[in-house]
Amino acid sequence: MAHIPSPESFDAVVVGAGPAGSAAALALARAGRSVVVVERGPFPGSKNVYGGVVYARVLDDVIPNWWEQVPVQRWVVRRSTMVMTGSQALTVDIRTQAWGQPPYNGMTVYRADFDSWLADQAVEAGASLVTSTVATGLLRDGTGCVTGVRTDRPGGDLTAKLVIACDGVNSFLAKEAGLLPKAEAAHHTLGVKEVLALPADVIEDRFGLAPGEGLDIEMIGCTRGIPGGGFLYTNRDTVNVGVVVSVAGLAGSGIRPEDLIADLKEHPAVAPWLRGATVKEYSAHLIPEGGYDAMPALAADGFLVAGDAAGMTLAAGIWLEGVNFAIGAGLAAGEAASAAIARGDVSAGGLAGYRKSLEAGFVLQDHKRLRGAPHLVLSDRMQRQYTHLICDLAEQVFTVTNPQPKPGIIKLLRRTARRHGIRWRDLVRDGIETARVFR
Amino acid sequence: MATVEFRVGARAHIVVDSDVCRSCTTKACVTACPANLFAPTSDGGILFNYEQCFECGTCYLVCNSEGAIEWSYPDGGEGVVFRHG
Repeated sequence: MAHIPSPESFDAVVVGAGPAGSAAALALARAGRSVVVVERGPFPGSKNVYGGVVYARVLDDVIPNWWEQVPVQRWVVRRSTMVMTGSQALTVDIRTQAWGQPPYNGMTVYRADFDSWLADQAVEAGASLVTSTVATGLLRDGTGCVTGVRTDRPGGDLTAKLVIACDGVNSFLAKEAGLLPKAEAAHHTLGVKEVLALPADVIEDRFGLAPGEGLDIEMIGCTRGIPGGGFLYTNRDTVNVGVVVSVAGLAGSGIRPEDLIADLKEHPAVAPWLRGATVKEYSAHLIPEGGYDAMPALAADGFLVAGDAAGMTLAAGIWLEGVNFAIGAGLAAGEAASAAIARGDVSAGGLAGYRKSLEAGFVLQDHKRLRGAPHLVLSDRMQRQYTHLICDLAEQVFTVTNPQPKPGIIKLLRRTARRHGIRWRDLVRDGIETARVFR
Repeated sequence: MATVEFRVGARAHIVVDSDVCRSCTTKACVTACPANLFAPTSDGGILFNYEQCFECGTCYLVCNSEGAIEWSYPDGGEGVVFRHG
């Protein structure tokens, strides 16, 4: 167990050694600031769960040639989007060898490996990492400015010029600071996944991959009508299979989350891929999917918030990203904190450079542009009706009806829409809305 | 659940006030908890096991009675340890 490092007071305390926290600590340490990272798990990543694929382009300028040292499972060269019903699946599949060579695009990693690796980068730059320690509350001065954290260690108060909360989706520190509501089911989804063991060559044969290459499948229509979706990702010798569902929808459904995974594993399009696989780990985690409009204020006096704590996961249907946003925000938070310390003004105003920096880059620009996506993707028509429409339409287009001549595709669309109770005006309106959201 | 490592602490990090639960009509925690840790009791209350908790937070988000579920993290180093998260 690590010991609380010696300085009486630090420039910054970072809470949470996930991607946001380690990136913030890395930026601070490189700027010559004293920084301590407090992690409640026994090692970084031990409390973290994601799908998961990491898109690490954001690291290019920070850790040159990061791909030569990152603990990768597989480089994603195939991405599929599957629209499903109980007995159908329509898949759009892209494969490109460009993603399988430097500088790469997406990679599967285990968070225990990746988060520990990124934390090591911060430590090598001079940050202190204290694991197995919970930050239980905020310390404040007479004006209310945050000046550190309490921890669950005896005499474990840590004082600093400011605190960066990267304490994840449940962020008790952002709640204590008044930035986040105490409980908001509407803006959260629950992800549950099984990590299933299969030999590497079996994975490569079943998914059409060469050694080192990976596949990422996103699915819609596989959650019994609960707003959400499914996923399948390949690691070296395991496959991640799971679902992400609206917490409010799940609560109202009376369906158990592990039953949804069982359904998915039994789906005729999925079951053959998993034959003979054994469960290695079952896990669950909340995801903040409210998008731009649900994000909290990002700064208070002596206090910044980044990553899942700030609701920065991008859940925009075809794009499901979070780790890159956490890293981007963490780096920006660390840099803004360092600049504020240099100026001697860590008030919310003095820390405003953080938000400005995020607005100038992908973190807030992507979120702002795609602010309508979470609502659209999780809408009832998208989830229930259009999945059936798409699968039925494709099935009929490719069902040969001889001796009847082929019906026109528009006629088929009209007939299928009618069968599923879909009105043209909704279809047109949703088409326009989709074009607007993804413009 | 045998597939996940837990370092069980002595302190229950989640406490359920079963008296509040008795008046709850939905008991969404019972089905929504991904670790299946909430069990309804014959007198209308809730029995809760903290030992195999994923620390996800779903239970307090779906709880419709303010204060029925008191939720915090396990002490440092304790609780769930994901190796393949």
